[in-house]
Amino acid sequence: MIDREQVVHVARLARLELSEEEIERMQSELSGILEHVDRIQSLDLSEVEPTSHVVALENVMRPDEPRPSLPRERALEPAPDPYEGAFRVPSPNA
Amino acid sequence: MSANLDGYEAVIGLEIHVQLRTRTKMFCGCELSFGDDPNVHTCPVCLAHPGSLPTLNEQAVRYGIQIGLALGCEIAPRSIFHRKNYFYPDNPKAYQISQYDIPLARNGRLGDVRIHRVHLEEDAAKLIHVGESGRIHGSDASLVDFNRGGTPLVEIVTEPDLRDAASAREWLQLLRSTIKAIGASDVNMEEGSLRCDANVSIRPAGSQELGTKTELKNMNSFRFLERGIEAELERQVALARAGEPIEQETLHFDPRTGTLTPLRSKEYAHDYRYFPEPDLVPLAPSKELLDEARASLPELPAQRLERYQSELGIPEAQAKLLAYDGELGDYFEAAVGAGTEASAKGLANWITGDLTARLREAAGEEGEVHAADSRVTPQAIAELVAMVEAKQVTAQAGREVLAKLVAEGGSPAEIVEREGLASISDSGELEGIVAAAIEADPDAAAKVREGNMKAIGPLVGYVMRETKGRADGGEVTRLIRKQLGLG
Repeated sequence: MIDREQVVHVARLARLELSEEEIERMQSELSGILEHVDRIQSLDLSEVEPTSHVVALENVMRPDEPRPSLPRERALEPAPDPYEGAFRVPSPNA
Repeated sequence: MSANLDGYEAVIGLEIHVQLRTRTKMFCGCELSFGDDPNVHTCPVCLAHPGSLPTLNEQAVRYGIQIGLALGCEIAPRSIFHRKNYFYPDNPKAYQISQYDIPLARNGRLGDVRIHRVHLEEDAAKLIHVGESGRIHGSDASLVDFNRGGTPLVEIVTEPDLRDAASAREWLQLLRSTIKAIGASDVNMEEGSLRCDANVSIRPAGSQELGTKTELKNMNSFRFLERGIEAELERQVALARAGEPIEQETLHFDPRTGTLTPLRSKEYAHDYRYFPEPDLVPLAPSKELLDEARASLPELPAQRLERYQSELGIPEAQAKLLAYDGELGDYFEAAVGAGTEASAKGLANWITGDLTARLREAAGEEGEVHAADSRVTPQAIAELVAMVEAKQVTAQAGREVLAKLVAEGGSPAEIVEREGLASISDSGELEGIVAAAIEADPDAAAKVREGNMKAIGPLVGYVMRETKGRADGGEVTRLIRKQLGLG
């Protein structure tokens, strides 16, 4: 069973604010997911390569050739508080 | 010099980030730039717009492999990318694409230091903290410039094999010139294309255990790296002697004061929840790619060092100075190849000795010394050394010529001519001056005659004064002995 502290910790890492009720629900839901993973781990997979990707592809690369960048006005369009060509944000450590 | 550690031994490992000199970013086609207006090199990929997908830059992979090979590493037959998750405004995806349990390369060695791993990752955007101090503390807003975001980086992690600050500096020079020789990066510490953090701990001398380490950041020059490590070692030794614990923390080096201040501790900083990057497929370098990367490696500094010692007979200390400083090595090679009669050993001696000392004098305490940028061309130093070796000028006069070259450039032969610094080749003239010296100091002459060779000093000094250093010391001694009937 995932304990309360673990849920709060993970929520904090994900910058999520959870209510007391949500914390409790997450405890049981996350525990359920981990139990399922435990069931999978009971299989003998010692001969099976770990799957890092589901598509059987390797080495997809592009040549080192420049492509046009966005005009700055376009790049800054969705910014809530642009300032002198930059994205202005609240100071991360303020 | 390293700090006096008073029974303790320093254990130092380095983590180096190198910005690769590709034309475009790691995962998108935006051009790399340095010093452009903010946010003119961005696109949906490096701004992390939803739905955009990264594609790996082939040239970055090639550089990464070359660096791995140059550091004697095993290249992973198949490596994968991971997401390193953290929230910070310098990273719009809230994760950095990096490599984790299967890096591009590992288990290498450069000089005396083992390489733990070499991996590929992307750089973060640049943050400018707006506020009075210009530092992060006390600022209330930050400006984000994504031009740098997504720049290809190679991270190199060493084993903790360094034992003092001076060796760390020397080794970083070797690494820098190695990467520079490959052409994979500008490796400029001041501009941030070479960044070095140091993990520093101490332990009782002779112990095999590792003490608690601190991580030093922001040492953006070779001098600062050395100073920062020294300051930290002194701090740790003082704590240990006082019986106080050393905290594991990250310290920020302030070049203005030479002091270290703890960065605000981020309690969650090391909980990055790495997981495989599903948007990038595995990297399995083909044999062709590996062969090509290997074949295109130039002569590396470690090989240069070997060649300078074994083929050119240059003593180790000088050979290191030349081989580990790529620019100085190139300068030396140009001088050797300048078509004069100067010997390689003589050139090594003059370039690492008198020339470097003169340039350092001229540059002052904080200045950087680059022979290649000086007024003394490789051709000029080669001509000068050839003249000294042919005894056309004495070593002392040669140093005067060098001073002129450093100050104003030009041709050594012309300076010798203009300043009248040529050796006295007319032995009749020299004989006359020697005779005058003996006449001027009969006491010294008598002592020399009786076999007290120490007394010859004043006589040689007289001749040197009279000739303004243009006489060959050996020749003067020979003539004095001859005239005193000792020849």
